[in-house]
This record gives sequence, C-alpha cells and structure tokens, in this order.
Amino acid sequence: METGFLPRGRFQGLLDALHRAGYRCFGPQVRDGAIVYAAVSASEDLPQGMRDHQSPGYYRLERTSSLRYFGWANGPQALKPLVFAPHEVLWRARRLPDGGIEFSTEPPSTDKLAVIGVRACDLAALALQDRHFLAAPQSDPHYAARRARLFVVAVHCSDPSDTCFCVSTGDGPQASAGFDLALSELDDGFLVESGTALGAGVAAALELEVVSAEARAAAARQIEAARERQHRRLPSRNLRAALFANLEHPRWEDVAGRCLACGNCTSVCPTCFCHAGIESPGLSGETSMHARAWDSCFTQGHSYINSVTVRSDTRARYRQWLTHKLGSWHEQFGRSGCVGCGRCISWCPVGIDITEEAGAVCAGAADE
Amino acid sequence: MTPVAAGYKPQVAVHKFASCDGCQLAFLNLGEDLLLLSSLVEFVHFAEAGPVNPEAPVDIAFVEGSISTAKDVERIQLVRARSRFLVTIGACATAGGLQALRNLADGQAWIADIYAIPAYVESLMSSTAVAQHVKVDLELWGCPVSSRQLVAAVRALLFGVAPVEERDKVCMECKRSQIVCVMVAHGLPCMGPVTRTGCGALCPSFGRDCYACYGPAENPNTQALTRRLEGLGIAPAAIGRRFLSINNGAAPFTEAGLRLMHDHD
Amino acid sequence: MNELLLPHEAEVVERVNESPTIFTLRLQFCDQSKHARYRFTPGQFNMLYLYGVGEVPISVVSDPQDDTLFDHTIRAVGRVTRGLAQLRVGDRLGIRGPYGHGWPLREAEGRDVLIITGGLGCAPAVSVINYVTRRRQHFGELVIVQGVKHADDLIWAERYRRWSTLEHTQVLVAADVGNTLWPWHVGRVTDLFSQMHIDPRKTIVMMCGPEGMMRIAVDRLRERGIDDSAMWLSMERSMQCAVGRCGHCQFGGKFVCRDGPVFNYAEIKVLLSVRGI
Repeated sequence: METGFLPRGRFQGLLDALHRAGYRCFGPQVRDGAIVYAAVSASEDLPQGMRDHQSPGYYRLERTSSLRYFGWANGPQALKPLVFAPHEVLWRARRLPDGGIEFSTEPPSTDKLAVIGVRACDLAALALQDRHFLAAPQSDPHYAARRARLFVVAVHCSDPSDTCFCVSTGDGPQASAGFDLALSELDDGFLVESGTALGAGVAAALELEVVSAEARAAAARQIEAARERQHRRLPSRNLRAALFANLEHPRWEDVAGRCLACGNCTSVCPTCFCHAGIESPGLSGETSMHARAWDSCFTQGHSYINSVTVRSDTRARYRQWLTHKLGSWHEQFGRSGCVGCGRCISWCPVGIDITEEAGAVCAGAADE
Repeated sequence: MTPVAAGYKPQVAVHKFASCDGCQLAFLNLGEDLLLLSSLVEFVHFAEAGPVNPEAPVDIAFVEGSISTAKDVERIQLVRARSRFLVTIGACATAGGLQALRNLADGQAWIADIYAIPAYVESLMSSTAVAQHVKVDLELWGCPVSSRQLVAAVRALLFGVAPVEERDKVCMECKRSQIVCVMVAHGLPCMGPVTRTGCGALCPSFGRDCYACYGPAENPNTQALTRRLEGLGIAPAAIGRRFLSINNGAAPFTEAGLRLMHDHD
Repeated sequence: MNELLLPHEAEVVERVNESPTIFTLRLQFCDQSKHARYRFTPGQFNMLYLYGVGEVPISVVSDPQDDTLFDHTIRAVGRVTRGLAQLRVGDRLGIRGPYGHGWPLREAEGRDVLIITGGLGCAPAVSVINYVTRRRQHFGELVIVQGVKHADDLIWAERYRRWSTLEHTQVLVAADVGNTLWPWHVGRVTDLFSQMHIDPRKTIVMMCGPEGMMRIAVDRLRERGIDDSAMWLSMERSMQCAVGRCGHCQFGGKFVCRDGPVFNYAEIKVLLSVRGI
C-alpha cells in the first residue's frame, strides 16, 4: 500500500524510527570492495553514489556523483546469512561423572533485526527458505526465531547488473510481497509502500509527504527500464522434465572441465539450504558442541556414505546442483529454486553461467 | 583405536625432521590449553619443549619435517616402529615441504651455488613426505598447522576415534565467514578454489589471496584454475610457481606446476 | 519447540557381536517415560549420537512390539560407527528418532512377501522378517533371499537356517565367494531368482542393499511379471539432520530421510537407473 513520499534529506528518520521500534538496523555498506549488509546507524553509512560492474566471475564498484543510496545491484550476500546462519550451534552435550550424558538446547537468537535495501529476488528467496525451514510438522527453531524478528525494508531494483535475470524467473525487479516496507528510490527521495501492519506503523511515524504523479511515473519508468536492461534468461521457468531427460547429456562433462567444485555458487545462492552437522568437543572432553554449518553439494563429504562417495566427480556434483536448483525444486517446493539474482554467475571464480549451462542441457525445452 | 581408560595418560612424542619448527609451535602456542593438554597426555619426547626421549614407545607420534637425509630415512622407520598412531604435521612432513623443490631441480648444483664447502652437506637429492617411507595414520596439512587442528586430532584420539579429515576447499570456509571473494572482487590470483580448508580462510580475511599452504583439497581442478589465472593476466611461469610452492610435492600441485613450466619453456 | 534435533540419553543394555565388524546394540532410553512413549515401525531409523564424535543414522532392527529394548545392528565402517563399536554394556549414547517411512506392512497383509537383501542390507529387513514370522496368519508365502559377497559376511546364519524350517517360508542364500562350510549357493544371488516360489500377481517385494544389486533384482522381477508398484526399496544416502532439512540425502526431488528410506519402485524408477544421483 502506497503510504507517501520520504524526501532524501529525511532518510535518517527511517533508521531512527526502526531503532526506536527496537530494531538493530542492517543495511548495505561498502566493505572490502563489495556491497555487503552490515550494521548501520546513520544514512551516511549507506553506499551513496556507488554503482557496481558485474559479469561472469567479476565484480567491481565505482563511485559516482549520484545521490542515490541504492543505485546498485546485489552484492555477494542475500538475506540468507542473516536468517540461516553460516554456522550455528544447535545443542550441547555434557559428560557427567557417572558416565551419563546431559543434553541442552542452544537458545535461539532473540535479536530484532531490520534489513534495509532488500531486493525482489532476495524476497523470493526468503519465501523459499521459509518454506524449507518453517515447514510442518516442526519448524527449525533457530531459523524461526530469526525470521520472526526480521523487519524487511525492500527497495525496488532500479539498477540490475549484467548477471541479473530476475525477469526471466518472474521474481523481480519489483518487489511484490514479503516486505514490511518497500521503497522506490528517486533522485530526490523515496516512494514508501507498506506491506504489513508493522510496516505501516513505522511509516506512520515518518510524517510522509503526498506522492506526486510525476514521482509515481518516474518510479514506474525506472522499473520498466530495469526490466528491459536484463538480457540473460533461463530457457523456461520449469526445466524439471528437460533436465531429468538429459541426465547423461555431454554438457555435464564439459562443465565439469571448467568447474572448480569450490562451492562458491551454492554459498552465495540465496536459496541453497544444505548444511552439515559439526561436532566440536572441548579439549577436556567434558563438554561437546553440536553445530550446523553451510555445506555444498560440490563437496565430497556431501554424498559420502559408508566409505562410498555417491557423487565422486564434478560432473555428478554440478549435475546435482543444476538438476536440483532448476528441476527437483519444483517437486519439493512447487517452483524453481532459482530467483534470478545472478550471484552464482558473478561470484563463480571461473564465471560459469547457470543460464548458459541450463540452456545447453535443455536446448529446445519449452514450458512444461 | 580404543578410548583411553580412566587414569591412563597416553604417551605422546613430537619428532622433528627437516623443517622450520613452526608446526611444533602450534602446540606451544596453545596457551592455557597446553596445561590442559599436558594433564591429558604425557609428552615423553618433545625436544622443543623440554622432554627428550626419542626412543620411547608412544601411543601418538606427531612428526614434523620432511625426509631429507640418509639418517632421516632410518630414523623415521624407528619412529614408526615405536608409535601406535602416527600423525604428520605440516607441509614438510605431509608433502615434502618447500625443500622438495630440489626434487624438481638439480639439487647438487643448488648446494654448490650456496655452500662454500658442498661436501659438508649430507642431504639426499630429494626431500620427501613421511608417507613415502612409512604408513601414516593421519595427515594434518598446513604451513604451519593450526593449534585447532592439533587439539581436534588429540581429542578424537582420546575418544578412541579417527580424527575428522578436513578436505573441502578454502572457499567453503571463506564464504561461511562472509569474506568478500578476493579473486572476483579484486582480481587477485587466489589459490583457495584448489586448496584444502583448515586455516579459517586466514589470508582472504585480510584481503589477500590464498597461497595454498594447506595443500590440495579433494577433487582439485588445477587446470580450470590455471586458465582463470591466465585470464587475470598472470604469466604461466608465475602460475606454475604458485603451484610449485610450499606444497610442490603434493601430486596435483606437482603436476599442475610442471605442466605450466614445461609448456612454456 | 527448540528440541527438534536434541538427542535423548540412552543406555546400552546388551551388546551382541554378530561378526568381527558387525555388532548389535540393545538400547533403552534412560528416561523411562521417554522409553514408554517411543514407537517405531520396521524400516524406520534413529540417529545415534556418540558423545563428542557425532551422529549416524541406523535402522531399528527389533520388533516394534518389544517394549523392553530397541536394537541397532551396526557395521563398523566409518569414524562414528567404529566408535560405537567400542560401547559396552552400561555405556551411554544419544538417540533421536524414529525417522522416515518404514516398510509397507499394511499393504503386505494377505500377500506373498518376498524379501531381497544384500550385504548388511539384511539389517533393515530383519525387522520385517521377524514381524511377518510372528504374525504368520496375516501373510501368504514368505520368501527370503539374501546375497553376500563373501560367505564370511553373512551374519545371522542361524536365523536363516531357522527361518528355512518354518512353514510357507523359503530361504535362498548366496555368496559370491563361498567357504568350505557354506551350505548355500555360491554365485550371484540373482541366480537363485528362478527358484523363488512366488505368485507374481500377489507378491509384494521389499528390497534392501547395494544399488547395483537392487537394479538387477528389479529387472529380473519385472521379467517375472511383478508390477513396479509392488516393489519397495530401502534407499541409502548421507543423512545428517534426519528431518529433511540438511539436504545431504537428496535423491532427485526426494529427501531419503523424510520421504523414505523405503520407497515404492514406481516413484524412483528414473533415479535408480542413473549412477551418481
């Protein structure tokens, strides 16, 4: 719901309102040459005037004279690390003097976190992670705790990168759901929409101005431009049949020759959920900690059972990734696992392009 | 392996071969945990820390350094014969170390270039990994190994189980730490995608490229990385030297390095 | 519920050595009320936690009606299972479960039951065999087919002998490599398929073992006219969370821990035919 216009000079008011509501604010910042999410307290922390240049295996930032805070496409992180932590202690065990074992749960995080600048692709990814980690009969307590205390300020994407293809997956560039507030950034300020009652409450505190017809039209135009700027696409939104009909396609061998099997794609993917159980006993042996950590279908350990590695080579591992992401996700979640964010293309050290590989394996595939 | 019975302190030896002693420091740098460790095991031989009894039979032997002299060849056999579980620590013991570069060159000529009286140098013409001489039960990679690795290995052995072997690529740990990729964002020639994890992605966390000090990860695609580094504008010989560095003696790196050196001779 | 993945303390009440590398742990939850509430069906598994070492999924082999103890037969092959092998009577471990879907016992009632297992694959199926032999009137013919690589690998030889003496029960055992005392067939277990006394129209098949063996067995059974939907397979994949979240056990779109480990063949036909899935 459109609630009003926030002039650029009063953006700090949004951060203050969120702080007052008890949220720690995370927003985009330039760190080590990329835009990442980190704690922000002042609007000066935001990457004003920054723009990105991305292509397969390549990411660089450039400072421009633009006044905009959000004139860039996503960096390496999505919301994923903020809700599905890369490393999380699940429980602890203690050895008692009589030989018994005492188990105790690790309390989930109680942090209230507001994230500013979230793009449509990452909201679609969050919805998928919700379906995975919150599914009945029992939701994951750690994910659920972080998720319940998450406040999302989305920004409709005005500047997709060369590697973005959310139009093709149907997930962007405009955020349509899953946010508390959504912003359209114009040179002189922001159109503010609320998506939840919580968001409307925060917006109400901002004393927003009336939105002009020109501003509304400008916002619509920049979304349209963002849409038109994208040139990569997947062959279809549902490649399940095409992929599973091509499990012995020569392209798998071909991509295996180029792939480092390093797991960077799965780590930056906002929907990948694989994680490993990690046991860390203290040196004394009196206590032990059981954690989970991000894992990847590109590791040997991922498919290891009883001295056999089911997917022993990169051909099988890449095939697992792609057939799952674009194929069996449909079976598991009713849609593809790809939201078109393009991170796996930019952050692949050797620049393998998922749209190109899917195109080669599924040549000729039409929508199912 | 069986769990350690109550009251029994497993006997431990730390042996040194051709090395810089840096891996042994991973024990000495444990701080308070070193006291705890000493209460759990008995260091019967650990020259750098005090106790000297290289011939004592032990439950666990940690071996640092490569096999580099004729005496080393004999001594490692004795170490093996007197140890129930033998762990190599670091690049030297596990892959021959930096000094294994002489295996790929004319070692005699190097000695002649450096030493005034080469005859005094009683080195073999090769520097080799311990596993090329005796059975090794566990290899801990790294230059140097970390205290965390040592503690995890000792703890697992005290529980009577095999220590976890870390074989994933550095990238996995780098991304879990949310470090910005130095290759993609800065064009640095990072070896992380072929290198074994264990360091906690230490170099990338300081904005520099991994130089492969933990040796090859499982399933390393050295050719794909080579092509990428060439694409970054790095000369083939320079890429070859990145493979033929600390872990030049590890097979995937030896092959990749020699291929680059020979292709462009 | 923060306790989703939390193990419960259990005690080793009895330990049986089945072979030099295979052993059975007979367990009881330390918390009596937990033990009283614990229910499983044959083919389901528990996560066994060895203190300070980690977790491993192991199927339950005992009879679901036995409320005194539950049993796990384990082959010492990895770091956790080798560690579990060192547990003695009175030692403690962690247990969470049961997980997954077990064998289709309801569907099997009134039908001939053919059980085909290979290697230690027999462990998940032994619970079914016991289940059927104790409720004999509910089932038709029982045919038990077990193949091992080497004669020495066969555990529970005594049980196979005993089952072969039961009425309406046929036992066919084969070892690729025999030994001097081996009373059964030497050669491929599939060589014995022609001897099976089954009526393809009323037979339900339950299978467990190496995937290669199951692929061949399925082909032979289809030749004999057994319908795809009458064959059930227990699949094995890495399982770390057991609740369909960690992603390791994926088999196409299935999570083996949650959607399996027992699957109807018709459901997984395409996947089973490809290596490295």
